[in-house]
Amino acid sequence: MLDNAKIKGKGLKSSDIKDGSVLTQSCNPKLQYAWDTGQAVGQYLDGLKDGKLVGKKCNGCNRIMIPPRMFCELCFKETGDWVELKDTGTVNTFSICYVNWDASRLPPGAKPHLPAVVEIDGASEGMGILHVLGEVDPKEIKIGMKVKAVWKPANERTGAITDIKYFKPYGG
Amino acid sequence: MGKEIRTKKWEGEIPVHYLYTYGLAGEKFFREIKDRGTFVATKCSKCNVTYVPPRIYCERCFAELGNYKDVGTKGTVETYTVCHESADGKKLSKPEIIAAVRLDGTDGGLVHRLSVADPSKVNIGMKVEAVFAEPAKRTGSINDILHFRPI
Amino acid sequence: MRRVAIVGAGITKFMRRAQETGKELSYEASKMALDSCGLTLKDIDMVTLGTAPDAFDGVHMKGEWLSDGAGGWRKPYIRNYVGGGTGVFAPIHGFFHVASGMADSCLVVCEEKMSSCHPHPQGAFKTIFDHTLEQPLNPTLIWIFALEMNRYMHTYGLTKKDIALVSVKNKRNALDHPSAQIPENLTVEDVLNSETLAWPVNRLDISPASDGAAAVVLMSEEKARKITDRPVWISGVGWNIDTAYWATKELCYPRYVEKAARQAYEMAGIKEPHKEIQVAEPYDPFSYKELHHMEGLLLCKKGEAPKLLADGVTQRTGNLPICPSGGALGVGNPIAATGLMKIIEIFLQLRGEAGKRQVPGNPKVGLAQAWGDLMQVGTVVVMKS
Repeated sequence: MLDNAKIKGKGLKSSDIKDGSVLTQSCNPKLQYAWDTGQAVGQYLDGLKDGKLVGKKCNGCNRIMIPPRMFCELCFKETGDWVELKDTGTVNTFSICYVNWDASRLPPGAKPHLPAVVEIDGASEGMGILHVLGEVDPKEIKIGMKVKAVWKPANERTGAITDIKYFKPYGG
Repeated sequence: MGKEIRTKKWEGEIPVHYLYTYGLAGEKFFREIKDRGTFVATKCSKCNVTYVPPRIYCERCFAELGNYKDVGTKGTVETYTVCHESADGKKLSKPEIIAAVRLDGTDGGLVHRLSVADPSKVNIGMKVEAVFAEPAKRTGSINDILHFRPI
Repeated sequence: MRRVAIVGAGITKFMRRAQETGKELSYEASKMALDSCGLTLKDIDMVTLGTAPDAFDGVHMKGEWLSDGAGGWRKPYIRNYVGGGTGVFAPIHGFFHVASGMADSCLVVCEEKMSSCHPHPQGAFKTIFDHTLEQPLNPTLIWIFALEMNRYMHTYGLTKKDIALVSVKNKRNALDHPSAQIPENLTVEDVLNSETLAWPVNRLDISPASDGAAAVVLMSEEKARKITDRPVWISGVGWNIDTAYWATKELCYPRYVEKAARQAYEMAGIKEPHKEIQVAEPYDPFSYKELHHMEGLLLCKKGEAPKLLADGVTQRTGNLPICPSGGALGVGNPIAATGLMKIIEIFLQLRGEAGKRQVPGNPKVGLAQAWGDLMQVGTVVVMKS
């Protein structure tokens, strides 16, 4: 049924656009946002400013969740107490990345980015957060490795996930 | 906890921009504007509908359309509005009149500027024609049409 | 609930950048689908269109904008969207229209024009990450896949070589698909030697960004039997979503795909999928995903998919052909259109009309699956001839 002769589609090369053999129109929308942090993430960010990681407990399923939430998505009810967590954890998975968000490559020789999912000590098992690793040779990173947060100095923290610069391996 | 939240908002943006092709029909439409300063249309003879801007298909019966016809540059004001603010809400120094112009002999048209300064001189039904930028300044864009003027 | 059949299909070429607008791509696929079963737009009661984020095409309210090219003029028409799961959800959505009795025929169209998005369509995914807690880390889309692939490899003791075989198989299969964007004959070494983007992901582990469209015609049993003697029935549908807190999930196993699959299998009366499913098109935007999804679809035990691949079981001539079309890796990945391309592949396979891609043995039961969002959505359709 998929008769080759009938399948349509006029593919272009990037040169067709650059040399103007095909007309185009460009658009640069300014899409800027100011998102409310809400109660849970607001407290989480305040905690980060104070050099702490905070989670929240669900009294239904007893999970201690990070990032904290005002409601548990499993039990579908309001969560309970705030819990101060440790700033250490375990590497659940990681990558060694040589590209930017827009697919452009890092300059040759530049240090790769080291994104990781870090399961935070004090939260329930499997409660990971996305962050980056640092002060570690990419070849030495192992799933299961213990890591600790390296914080910005107090006067540079603004209430952001980047108040933690990265997680680095530690003896623990 | 339960104290007042200090970090109330987070700012960010969606940092992408766009480059659109005009498509098979749009390419013809804008080439004619750029090279010859005129408008072309395609017609579905089964449904008796003439599309401007032209299309490669009839939206009603799905027939394939391919014959591009020059329909000239004259039309009639179908409706119009007088704008006092720009797209991002700033006050304009003088009001801008935007009209939906039905091109003569077609079922389509364009939304564009009218070169009339005084809103009281505009009425629905008035006859207008397109005014194009000088050929050397045209790029194959809707702004190759400077505006429509009364005739 | 009435029986619903797929009776016609159409597709465009999948291209890195098409000259056609999204509307024109939609028309090309939709017209071909109608022509393939001798129908006109008048014979279509309702239309559903699936397309992924507006941010790709750069058209706000994309579904409405595409509607005239998708045959939606003055018809009951709705756009559906579940990220990468869209292409297989769209026919599920169409299924609802006909099975409910509200329509006798439904045109299902899927379209994507990713080339409009600059600097690169990948950039539109920046905002799939949580805006407050993840975007400040400057993530790229590839992170999610790399992190998941690493966890999968670690859990089952796999090497990149084990997984590279998926790219080799699918890109080779795609040489026989007329819409294919980057079919090629590769070796495992080619894949391993291609540029490392985010270890463990190499460039040839990834499907390309694409422009393209696909369409199918769905009909009620009574009407379907009047126009074809080979209807392919949608016998089971399933769809499921997992938590958006993706870093709290077990990344080595797509539980949401399993849930969607179980829903579809129950409806289709399938009790032993690994025995009863004869040909399958799981979603393969990245090479390891084909294996991940095979396990989630219960086509094999957890961690067993790489062995089936290595043993040749998933080749076209094997006992369980997987992605005979060439998949997203070989044919291309215009997100929503990809899933529908997979539906169309199973439709053709079950009719014996897949030409050079036809798997032997006269398959009668097949499935297509897609996946989407931040490791969240599973959509599954089981088809029988």
